[in-house]
Amino acid sequence: MIIDYKKETKTLILRVTEEIDQHTADRIRRKLDSEIEIYTPKKVVFDFNGIEFMDSSGIGMVLGRYKLVRMLGGEFEIINVNKRLKRIFDMSGVSRIINIKDEESEKNEWVI
Amino acid sequence: MNGLYDNEMKLEFTSKTSNEAFARVAVAAFVSQLDPTIDELSDIKTAVSEAVTNSIIHGYNDEEGTVKVVCKIFLDTVQIEISDNGKGIEDVEMAMRPLYTSKPDLERSGMGFTIMESFMDEVKVESAIGFGTKVLMKKKISQKSDELTEERSSEEHINNEGENLKYIDDTTEEKIKKDIKNILGA
Repeated sequence: MIIDYKKETKTLILRVTEEIDQHTADRIRRKLDSEIEIYTPKKVVFDFNGIEFMDSSGIGMVLGRYKLVRMLGGEFEIINVNKRLKRIFDMSGVSRIINIKDEESEKNEWVI
Repeated sequence: MNGLYDNEMKLEFTSKTSNEAFARVAVAAFVSQLDPTIDELSDIKTAVSEAVTNSIIHGYNDEEGTVKVVCKIFLDTVQIEISDNGKGIEDVEMAMRPLYTSKPDLERSGMGFTIMESFMDEVKVESAIGFGTKVLMKKKISQKSDELTEERSSEEHINNEGENLKYIDDTTEEKIKKDIKNILGA
């Protein structure tokens, strides 16, 4: 996983680079929570570009971060989700509460 | 092989979450001989990941145990059995309800069985308190060869004994290589 923090916009961007299961979700959760605590960002963006595998562990991990960020008064967004991941987010109702931009919608390019 | 099945494989591993990727990739590699579509393979990988995670997190409650995976192929159907000797499930029906989880503190979403049921054709759960849980899943693999008979015939080669040898196509092989690389690199 790669984590970027943009000072100007107070935005924390997480680029997920591994398959998401219980094992990797734990790792992402620990790392991201400490970053969120350090920066208290205004906005947190999960970038799933290129991620082909996610099981239900990803749902809990995403929802947990969403709750934390909202509690701290920030915004939360998920971008670059492929059809498979979208199906899992839809099934669990995540897409009804979190703003998800899929791969087909405008490309979300974050330039460092 | 006992004659009832065309092919069979068995895996046993320690109940560590770091083995989840190993389990789903090993099953996917075995199933690849049925020439599944990328989506079918992803469905199977996701279902295996869910069942294995359940055994580790719920069955053994993060204590050390052994998770067993038995995978059988019968014609165009794959049957996957994932079992543990953990604590068992008190109420299977409740456990299978969407969004029900006994571990909200671990941020489990309660979607594991729902995902298994929607990605596989059949899911059966047997559980006994104190003895363990067994999840049995089946999925019929669409035979691409039915639609693409001509294409397939060029992929089949006859060896000296006159047996048909089917080769894994390039994309499947690339996918397996990538998976294995991911695991080794992780």
